[in-house]
Amino acid sequence: MMRGILILVAASILVLPAPASAEQPVPTVTTAGPSFLSATVIVPGQPVVVPASTGDYLYWSFAAAAGEAHRVSVRVTLPPTADRHGPTTWTLDVFDGLRRRQPCTAGTQTGTAKADAADVTVGCSLRRVRSWADHWSHDALPGTYYLRLSATGLPERDLGLPVQANVELTVKEGAAHPAGARMEAPLSPPINAGATLPPDGAAPTDATTSAPKPLAQAESWVNRLTGRWTWTIVGGAVAALTGILGYTLTRHPRRRP
Amino acid sequence: MIIARRWAAGLACALIASATLGPPPAVADETPAKEPPRVELVLDSSGSMRTADIGGRSRMAVAKQAFNDVVDALPPETHLGIRLLGSQHRFPGSSKAVGCKDTKLLFPVGTVDKVEAKTAIATLAPTGWTPIGWALRAAAKDLGTGETTRRIILITDGEDSCGLPDPCDVARELAAQGTHLVVDTLGLTLDAKVRRQLTCIAEATGGTYTAVQSQEQLTDRLEQLIDRAVTTYAEAPLHVAGAENCATAPTLAPGVYTDREQFGEHRWYRVRLAPGQELRASVSLSLDRRLNRDYGVLLRATASGGRELVRGSDAGSGRTDVQSAGLRWSDGRPADDDAEPRTVCLVVSNSFSAPPGVLTSPGMPLELTVDLVASSPDPGDPVLGRGWTLLAVLALAGLVAGLVTGWLARWRISIRREG
Repeated sequence: MMRGILILVAASILVLPAPASAEQPVPTVTTAGPSFLSATVIVPGQPVVVPASTGDYLYWSFAAAAGEAHRVSVRVTLPPTADRHGPTTWTLDVFDGLRRRQPCTAGTQTGTAKADAADVTVGCSLRRVRSWADHWSHDALPGTYYLRLSATGLPERDLGLPVQANVELTVKEGAAHPAGARMEAPLSPPINAGATLPPDGAAPTDATTSAPKPLAQAESWVNRLTGRWTWTIVGGAVAALTGILGYTLTRHPRRRP
Repeated sequence: MIIARRWAAGLACALIASATLGPPPAVADETPAKEPPRVELVLDSSGSMRTADIGGRSRMAVAKQAFNDVVDALPPETHLGIRLLGSQHRFPGSSKAVGCKDTKLLFPVGTVDKVEAKTAIATLAPTGWTPIGWALRAAAKDLGTGETTRRIILITDGEDSCGLPDPCDVARELAAQGTHLVVDTLGLTLDAKVRRQLTCIAEATGGTYTAVQSQEQLTDRLEQLIDRAVTTYAEAPLHVAGAENCATAPTLAPGVYTDREQFGEHRWYRVRLAPGQELRASVSLSLDRRLNRDYGVLLRATASGGRELVRGSDAGSGRTDVQSAGLRWSDGRPADDDAEPRTVCLVVSNSFSAPPGVLTSPGMPLELTVDLVASSPDPGDPVLGRGWTLLAVLALAGLVAGLVTGWLARWRISIRREG
């Protein structure tokens, strides 16, 4: 039995890094939405190359599940230096499904390109998404995340010039905390038009359409198996073994059967 | 043992299979749209379009070719119209009174006959004045009203040569009418006055501004804007008017709403929250005019008595399009509670201010998202443990238990022997 468990543990360790890019190649995204509501949906690993104008606000959205930690990097190819009149500052903002600003654990969210620079790179490593949080907290939760790229500081004369944005979104999976907890619904906001109700009207039902929703849990049950269940079961087995060892130690060697 | 091994091997196979295949990635739900996307191109056909400064070709020639390319690549469901400004009366030469009302609908908004459209485009000749404001008003009328977003794509090379109505004021007026109208502007010169005018129009309606420097850029940008119109036009929020206090506020169902909020104004809305539901709300205020450097937006949820439940806020400074905040709240009642739904009030306030001379009315566009979902109760502590400490504690406990049992057994045997 012990050997069976060992095989099981070994097998699940081998399986741990779940291949995320095993599917067929994803098409390149060439657009970005102009607002939260119309953000272009992207998935990690998807190539995103968007031509735009300086001064545009470019929105993308992606779905994040509990346990995932995303990293975004955007390289902005600037217009020819001959057309520019000074340094430009580019900013990458990240928001969650409730449009709350998300902090970055690493990365430069704001980058200033000198007047003679050819491109500028901004990036952000997001916090690992938690599986549950109190409703007054600002923890990262499963749901839709929005990226907004914009020129936040530039000479007025440089507005409207052509630029190109290359977005690189990657994800690292890990354990979701708190363990065993989950959100009943991801933070994926509705995008359909609302409706006003009479003041004493029936409680409304859920929205019909929404921004991209993540999988229920990034971790497969395989990963969860290596968590508390495995530790506890293996711990029980080890305890049984040491129990037998302890019992044996108390017998006199010569009197052992 | 064999059974155990088989079981483990089978499980391992299942594990590998489930890890490799995985469920498909989630995508946004799509609903069938009620009406087709409507776009109108407004082309400046004024005399200055004759200037040959885009790669050696005249601005008009470049615009014509871009139009042809766009008509070729037009998604079939799009309803496209083309309006000209300054195409009938000469500038200079005709009187301002006539020239400044000179706008002609070349092609009414509807499904496009590609051959017919191209023939019509071929006949264009740069002629007259530049009544941008007047043409914008006419274009808005062409597109009509409806529940989805309409887009005007304005292509011009010169500032409004007519003065009144001021195009920027017209854009604000159109935006304030609440017909979901977005004006994207394309400037064919790098002139400062044109740029200021076009960025003002774009800002007022939530559109974009592009300075066109080449034929390819114009074509690509036009195609991108029309694609954007097709993919995003259906997501038009419902207009709602927030009240001055909670008692008279409109009650909202899940969905997206727009409203307008002036500087320092508080707008109230109400949501009915049944037991077991969680309220989620977010708000975005658009910065559609020149504003002082620092600003903030605050969204609060209060009980109907006025007690604050939770708040979301964000502040910022500098150039941005919207300032957003969000919150979530549930009252902790379980879903099987038969109690009445509870009213929660949402109030949106802002700390924007503008330099003197900037219009404060109508207020800034406000977008409110309300969602009601099943609440997620506190998960509590996990029943199992993990980690090396746990393992060590269990092993130690096992060892102690084994030792005690062994000693007890020895002691019992020695007692029996003595007996």
